[in-house]
This record gives sequence, C-alpha cells and structure tokens, in this order.
Amino acid sequence: MEALYAATVGVLMACGIYLVLRARTFPVIMGLTLISHAVNLFLFATGRLALRAPAVIGQSETYTDPLPQALVLTAIVIGFAMTAFVVVLALRAVVELRNDHVDGVDPDEDWRP
Amino acid sequence: MTHLPVLPILIPLIAGALLILLYDLPLWLQRVISIASTLSLLGLALALGSRVGEAGHLVYALGSWAPPFGIVLVPDRLSVLMLTLTAVLALFAVIYASRNDDEAGAHFHALFQFQLMGLNGAFLTGDLFNLFVFFEVLLIASYALLLHGGGPARSRAGLHYVILNLIGSALFIIAVGILYGVTGTLNMADLAVRISEAPPADLPLIQAASLIFLVVFGVKAALLPLLFWLPRAYTVAAAPVAALFAIMTKVGVYAMLRVFPLVFALNTPLVDTLAWQWLWPLALATLVLGGIGVLGATSLRNMTAYMVIVSAGTLMATLALGSSQAIAAGLFYLVHSTLMTAAFFLFADLIARQRGEAGDHMVVTSAMKDRRTLGILFFLGAIAFAGLPPFSGFISKIWILESSLAEGASGSLWPILLGAGLLMLIALSRAGSKFFWRQSGERPHELRADRVRFGVVCVMLLTSVALSIQAQPLMDYLSATAASLQDPGQYVETVMNTTRSLKEAH
Repeated sequence: MEALYAATVGVLMACGIYLVLRARTFPVIMGLTLISHAVNLFLFATGRLALRAPAVIGQSETYTDPLPQALVLTAIVIGFAMTAFVVVLALRAVVELRNDHVDGVDPDEDWRP
Repeated sequence: MTHLPVLPILIPLIAGALLILLYDLPLWLQRVISIASTLSLLGLALALGSRVGEAGHLVYALGSWAPPFGIVLVPDRLSVLMLTLTAVLALFAVIYASRNDDEAGAHFHALFQFQLMGLNGAFLTGDLFNLFVFFEVLLIASYALLLHGGGPARSRAGLHYVILNLIGSALFIIAVGILYGVTGTLNMADLAVRISEAPPADLPLIQAASLIFLVVFGVKAALLPLLFWLPRAYTVAAAPVAALFAIMTKVGVYAMLRVFPLVFALNTPLVDTLAWQWLWPLALATLVLGGIGVLGATSLRNMTAYMVIVSAGTLMATLALGSSQAIAAGLFYLVHSTLMTAAFFLFADLIARQRGEAGDHMVVTSAMKDRRTLGILFFLGAIAFAGLPPFSGFISKIWILESSLAEGASGSLWPILLGAGLLMLIALSRAGSKFFWRQSGERPHELRADRVRFGVVCVMLLTSVALSIQAQPLMDYLSATAASLQDPGQYVETVMNTTRSLKEAH
C-alpha cells in the first residue's frame, strides 16, 4: 500500500507542477488544486498508514494518529478558500486584461488591449 | 493566568469581524473602530514588552491545554519588537488611509484588521502549524488588500503574488509534514529537543525540511531567486497598503529567526546549520540585484520596492553572520528599514498626487505646488534612507559593518553593502533632481498636499531621528534579544516548565 500511496502523491504533484508551469490561469488553478491534493495526502501519511484503525484511543486494539487528520482538515479548508479566491481573481484578470496569461500579456498575440 | 498575550490576536479579530458584520456603518465610525483597535495594539505591545523585559519569555497555553499537545503563544523580546513595529506602522498606515484611500474599495478596514491579526499571530505563536495558519490569515488579507482600488495593473500583479504564495503555502505544509513524520510533534520547543536527539538516519529528512523552510520563508522575505513578484506588487498597491506591506518581507525574516535558531540549532552553532550556509551567498546576491534595480526603476514607488529588496538583502546577510552582535545589528536595521520604506511609499503617493497625469513616474512635468516643503522632506528622507548621519540608518549601518569585522566576513560584505548604498544614493538624487529641479514651463499644478497625509510622512521621518537619539536603550534591548535567540535552551525550558505546572494543576 505504501508504494501505491507514494506513487499517487508523486503523480498528483508532478501533474500539478506541469499544469502550474502552463502559465494560463485556468491550467494554473487546476495545477494548484492538484498540488494541494498531493500535499493533503502527504500530510495525512505523516501519521503513518494504518488500516481499520479509528482515530480514537481506547475504542479498539489499534488506533491511528488523529493529529494529521486534524491538520489535513485545516489545510483543506484553507486550500478551498484560496482556490475560490484565485478563481475569482483569474476571472477578474481575464475581463480586465482581455487574456488569460498569468503575466497579463499574451506572448502569442500581437493584439494588445 | 493573565490573558494579555492573546489579546493582540483577539482585538483585531473582533474589530475586523465587527466591521464586516456592520458593513453599512458610516465611514467615519469604521475609521474610528479601526484606528482605536490599532492604537490599543500599540498599548498592548508595550504592556507585553514590560512583562517580557522581566521574564524573557512568557508562555500562554490556549485553553490551558498543556504543550506540546496544546497550542502555545510564546511572546519574547523578538515577538514584542515585531508587535510594536507592526502596531506603529499600522497606525501610520491606517491614519493615512483614513483621508480617503479607504473609499476606493469595499471592506478596507476589516481587511486591514485581519491582516494585523495574522501578523500578530505569526509573531506570537510557538507552534509550527499554527504559524502556517497565521501565515495564511495574513496572506489572504493581503491578497485582498493588494487588489484594493482595482484596475488591470493590480489584477496583473495580484495573479503573480497569489499564485506564488499558494505554492509557497503548499511547500510550507510539506516541510511541516516531514517534521511531524520524523518527530511526532509540532510544538517548536518540543521539536527542538526531538531534533537535537534525532538518530543520524533521520538527519537527511530533517535537513530537507529545513531547506524547504528556507524556500518558504525566502518567498516571503524576498530572497534572490524568489523575489521577482515583489517589485510589481509593491509598485501597484495603494500607498497605505504598500506601507503596511513593508512589514510583510520582515515576517519572512522573523520566521527564519524564530525557526532556525530554535528548532534546528538547539545544540549546534547557528552558522553551522545547512540553511544558514545557503543564506549568506543568496542574501549577498539579493543585495546586488536590489542595488541594480533601484538604479533602473522607472517610478518612485518602483524604486522604493527595490529598496525593500536592498533592505531584505542587507538584513539577511547580516543575520547570516550568525553572531549575537550581528543579529542585534540586523534587528536595528530591520526597525529602521521598515519604517523608512513605509515612509517612502507614502511619500511617493504625496508626490504623485501633486503631479497630475505624470504620477510618480520619473518624467519631466510642470512644477508641483508644494515643491519647497516636499523637496526639503525628500532631501531629509533620502539621507535618512541611504544611511547618512544623523539618522538611524547611519547607526545601523556602522553597527552592521563593525559586527561583520568580528566575523571575518568584511571582505565580501563591505564592498557589496557600501556599493548598494552608493547606488541607492545615486538613484535617490537622480529622482530628487527630476522631481524638484527639472520642470517643464507649463502652468504649475494647483493641488496642495493634504495636511494629515503630509503630517503622517513627517512624523514617520521623525521616528528615524528618534531612533538615533534613543539608539542606546534600543541597542541594549536588541542585544538582549539576540543573546536570548542564541540561547534557545531557555525558551525550551520555559515551555517545558509550563507543561509541568499545567499537569500538576490538573
């Protein structure tokens, strides 16, 4: 399971970095989302992977570390708010700058606003 | 237990929440709430300062949950210094903004208070994940503040700023996750103990985490390869926002000073840590790039943004020397440079308002109405900024140069630091002569400077004089700060004692 988990985190991160480097606002936002998924999974794994173990002490033989789950929850909430913000910002930039390049100027077009 | 340490977080939180809920309050009342909250932060910071001056470290366990499981706030001399500086700066910025800059967009004062809450929280916390959370609070407020007033230029700079900082936040969580995975704790004092006792097999992971932290804090503090978002963002931000942002690069520096000596260097000298060895060359390169940027800037605000980079480079190069004396000198420079860059952002706005279409761009236009008073102010500000006597910049620079002599690093630091100072002086005098001496023959602009705005800038420049008059007490305080940073054992001891006393109480 460790190998599968590590590969998942790695692939998500790699795709995220590739998309962020596309330098168009929509792919960049998708990339940021993938990166935050990868980071959340990574954070989750820092409490070690355990099957059939609740995050409550004293309810079963084995238990898993509850702290990373709380941290992931915090990170998800923050990541969600940030994604919402950056989507709105990107929309605003598209309307005001009339292109979707992150630099605000499209290198492939001669036309300028 | 007294609740003083948590108040600098709660007051702006409550003020900000009130301002959002009562958004249709008349503007003057919003301003009163905002200014009152900022003023009370200054009072709180000073009150905390007198408490910390006796004890060295205070520990406040939130909800009386014992560390390392509960979150603690640990105000010490460094935190109090940063809290006071933030409160002073915020007070100037909010008064300046209250003339009418806050009318340009919605919720200015609420965002401003949330920004202060994030800053104060970051300066007070003693928990690594909590530091991340407060970083996010101050960042999301700063995203919205940067866009305050709107316009394509701000959207464009905002995109860079937001995307880069989101990636920085992702890296921050990765580093925190690595440390938690290795040590099983997030409390900084507890982390310090666990890391100093870590088996050699874990060391590569710990060092990887420390370098990721360097990248994360480097993005905030404008360390060389990570600083290219800064000039554009600071140039386009509204003047009071840019003035408040002068403290933002210092948050990165503060985080470095908090995390590296404590967490990664409990039993080893600070200069031997891997991150600190990287910091020295990168900081010098930052300084060089900042100096070149100052010379090539096209507007006064753009130039000030590059001066922020110069000051960040100087500061980090000084801290990278690692000795107590160097850190104390660096902290003095931090106070001086933060106030001066903020004053210059506001001053650039004053000038821009008098020049009509030309704004603060370095082009020849018709004469300003208040060119004499503004010219004298510019002259004084420029020599204060460039580090000439009798202002505080001179004292801090001498102190930095002297401390590098003791470390045997003068060969590389002296020429670069003095060279950057010279470039700044050239750029400032070029800007000054263009603004005040070369005028086109057209009819002069009629608009007078607003008295309150003008007064704020004057008082900010006067703080530089006050700093140099009161240099000795401040230097004593900063030497004590640096000495306690060099001795993280005391910090750890205080937190552990709290754990013990809380457990006995239960």
